[in-house]
Amino acid sequence: MLRFLLTRILSAIPTMLIVTMAIFALMRIIPGDPAALMLGDMAQPGQLEELRARMGLDKPLPVQFATWLGNVLTGDFGKSTATGEAVLPLIFERFSVSATVVLVAVLFASLIAVPAGMIAAWRQNRLSDVMIVGTATLFLSIPSFWLGLMLLTIFGLWLGWLPVVGYVSVADNLGDGLLYLIMPVMTLVMVEAGAITRMARASTIEVARLEYITHARAKGLSERAVMWRHAFRNAFAPTWTLIGLILGSLLANIAVTETVFTIPGLGRMLIDGIFARDYPVVQGCMLFIAFLYVAVNLLVDLIYPLLDPRVTA
Amino acid sequence: MNAQPPLLSVRNLTVRPGRTLPPVVRDLSFDIAPGEMLALVGESGSGKTMAARSVLRLLPAPLMPVEGSSIRLKGSELLTLSDHEMCKVRGARIGMVFQEPMVSLNPAMQIGKQMAEALRLHHRLSDAEIRDRSLAMLERIRIKDPAKCLAAWPHEFSGGMRQRIMLASVMLLKPELLIADEPTTALDTLVQRDVLDLMVELTQEQGTGVLLISHDLGMVAKYAPSVVVMQSGIAVEQGRSAKVLTAPAHPYTKSLIDALPRRAEGGSRDTTARPALIEVQGVVIDYPGRERFLRRDPPKRAVHGVDLTIGSGETLALVGASGSGKTTIGRAIVGLVRPSAGAIRYQGHDLLQAGPETARLRARMQIVFQDPYSSLDPRQRIEKVVAEPLLLDKAMTAADRRDRVRAVFEEVGLPWALADRLPHQLSGGQRQRVAIARAIVRNPAFVVADEPVSALDMTVQKQILRLIRALQDKHGFACLFVSHDLGAVEQVADRVAVMENGLIVEMGTRDEIFDTPQHDYTRRLLDAAMLIDRSFGAVMA
Repeated sequence: MLRFLLTRILSAIPTMLIVTMAIFALMRIIPGDPAALMLGDMAQPGQLEELRARMGLDKPLPVQFATWLGNVLTGDFGKSTATGEAVLPLIFERFSVSATVVLVAVLFASLIAVPAGMIAAWRQNRLSDVMIVGTATLFLSIPSFWLGLMLLTIFGLWLGWLPVVGYVSVADNLGDGLLYLIMPVMTLVMVEAGAITRMARASTIEVARLEYITHARAKGLSERAVMWRHAFRNAFAPTWTLIGLILGSLLANIAVTETVFTIPGLGRMLIDGIFARDYPVVQGCMLFIAFLYVAVNLLVDLIYPLLDPRVTA
Repeated sequence: MNAQPPLLSVRNLTVRPGRTLPPVVRDLSFDIAPGEMLALVGESGSGKTMAARSVLRLLPAPLMPVEGSSIRLKGSELLTLSDHEMCKVRGARIGMVFQEPMVSLNPAMQIGKQMAEALRLHHRLSDAEIRDRSLAMLERIRIKDPAKCLAAWPHEFSGGMRQRIMLASVMLLKPELLIADEPTTALDTLVQRDVLDLMVELTQEQGTGVLLISHDLGMVAKYAPSVVVMQSGIAVEQGRSAKVLTAPAHPYTKSLIDALPRRAEGGSRDTTARPALIEVQGVVIDYPGRERFLRRDPPKRAVHGVDLTIGSGETLALVGASGSGKTTIGRAIVGLVRPSAGAIRYQGHDLLQAGPETARLRARMQIVFQDPYSSLDPRQRIEKVVAEPLLLDKAMTAADRRDRVRAVFEEVGLPWALADRLPHQLSGGQRQRVAIARAIVRNPAFVVADEPVSALDMTVQKQILRLIRALQDKHGFACLFVSHDLGAVEQVADRVAVMENGLIVEMGTRDEIFDTPQHDYTRRLLDAAMLIDRSFGAVMA
């Protein structure tokens, strides 16, 4: 078990290293010299060389990469060229916003979708199954930005129940914070619950036809005991991987939803950074998002043996 | 007539999916006396499993017993019980063990919990008492270190061990009736024997009646005093096994018994003088260890130095338990696995040396795999499957290939009308014929048949074994017949090599091995093989 944990954690390191290289390369491939951009059109001839030297841009690429990696490892993500603020604290601040939305959404989506999928599987081809699968497929097929706009129109404009623009942190004001959370979370829940439902249903059907389920029934267990004690854990294992992937990809792709609901999260920060050509911000956000993705999947892998003891063997 | 009602009494049991579709079990009636064993015998699709599941009312969805069916346990009707009352019968009064040891225990639950579950449900016992009883039972079935076993997971045990553990957990509740659905089909001969003996021991100790479901007539002859033979849902014949299996009245029973492999008349063919086609010398084969992060598990040695020769046109059978290395040798000869030491030669040419000559000779050697369900590409039409090896011959036109495929279809007994079917549209026997056709389409000199019939029904097994022999007689190819089934081996082999733990422990002509086995392992294998004529002795003649 300890060895399993250790190897999984160690194997995340090369992944992260490749990611940093990719991000570094991407930033250098983008046309345009960051130093020239920072100076703008009004620069004096000598200033450019001076700034390039100050930024280390005149050094060979491997040296630049090593310097940057060293800084990143010590927590120095650089300063925003637009505002001059340190990037890392800014990322943390924005991340807490995104994380609130995403974590709540994934939690709700799982709580709804996993039991729904299992019930659908247990009542395969009956009315409840058809309805659950139909609903799941419907939501799965709707693009999240459109769903977000519809929610805004209905609950924000027509009914006027929920605030349309802006964001209040739940930490600052619980009541208002929750009100601002409802629609973005609902959008994500609807879209992601569809995928989770289908996965939970498929893996439950797979498990339900195995002999140990019949064996459990033959012991005299009630249907409910068979389903929750024997089917759930085995059927949940593959679904758990999917939930992890969704969590990771939501954190990475939340930009669209954040734009629709004007939430000041990590995704918005990235997009604003791109438009402002704020290289340290873009670089920092990308690196942080990639790190999140790897970390979430690592966590999923580490929890997996609790669901399926065979993976450590 | 007994005054006491039978333990289980099934009357006019008819099971059908819905109201309109044809029944899968029709008008089945039988009794089991307390402590007695009765076997339901038949091929796949005969309805034997569904009949047995009806007793526990565990039929898969649309199937259900129709009105007028009756299943009584000690005189009380089971079919009219409420679901809740039925749950009290399952496990407590009727236990069931399943076929596939790899999937019949929950992989995500420790053995102890799975054993305790039914005890806790049906009896009011303290945790300590449950633990004591579980430990006692594990000790009873001779599991080493029972306490450790309780905390272990199912994947830590072999198939045979899991089957014993399942049997133990079911017998722990002292049921009145045990339903055993092909309990040993997936196991090796020796393990099979162990598990069955254990089942008989435990059920006799507790006076439990047994409903055994099996396709293996040899096993039924050895263990079950009464038998019901089923075909397409109907009991075609039933009675005492000794009578039904030795003097069958129904043509179907007769065909089942005819299908049992039997030694050809006239002793083994003398093939020792034939020139060697394949020579295997001092071959050692290691499987690389599992790839881990930045390291590798140590390699596992599957074959420890094996010598054998196969003469042209000869059938050498390689016999042994799973894991003995027999399949690995077959694969090494045709080049699917590379030995770490030793030599493999084809008519003197070293096959381990790469080169055009080796490539040419490789095409002269073919293999037929065990499972026809996974050895054919599910997206390839069967004409293409068989024609594919011919593509290597650049001189052949499409028309030539089609002619050749057509001829081979006829030889293996496949109707040409099936040519554009996909593998899943064929029966198991037809698929294995396709696999054989693919192997012989280029007239090989040597064919490895790796357990070619073990996934098939008895009557189909017989046909395929006959087909292989007939093709061999016609084309004269040599064959390495890898099998754990001594019955099949007895029928086809000229010579037999017995393998244990990667070594050949005995080799000889078929008659030598079967009549005067020298090595202890060979004797144990033969002893465990449930060949029907051994169970009833001279009666079978």
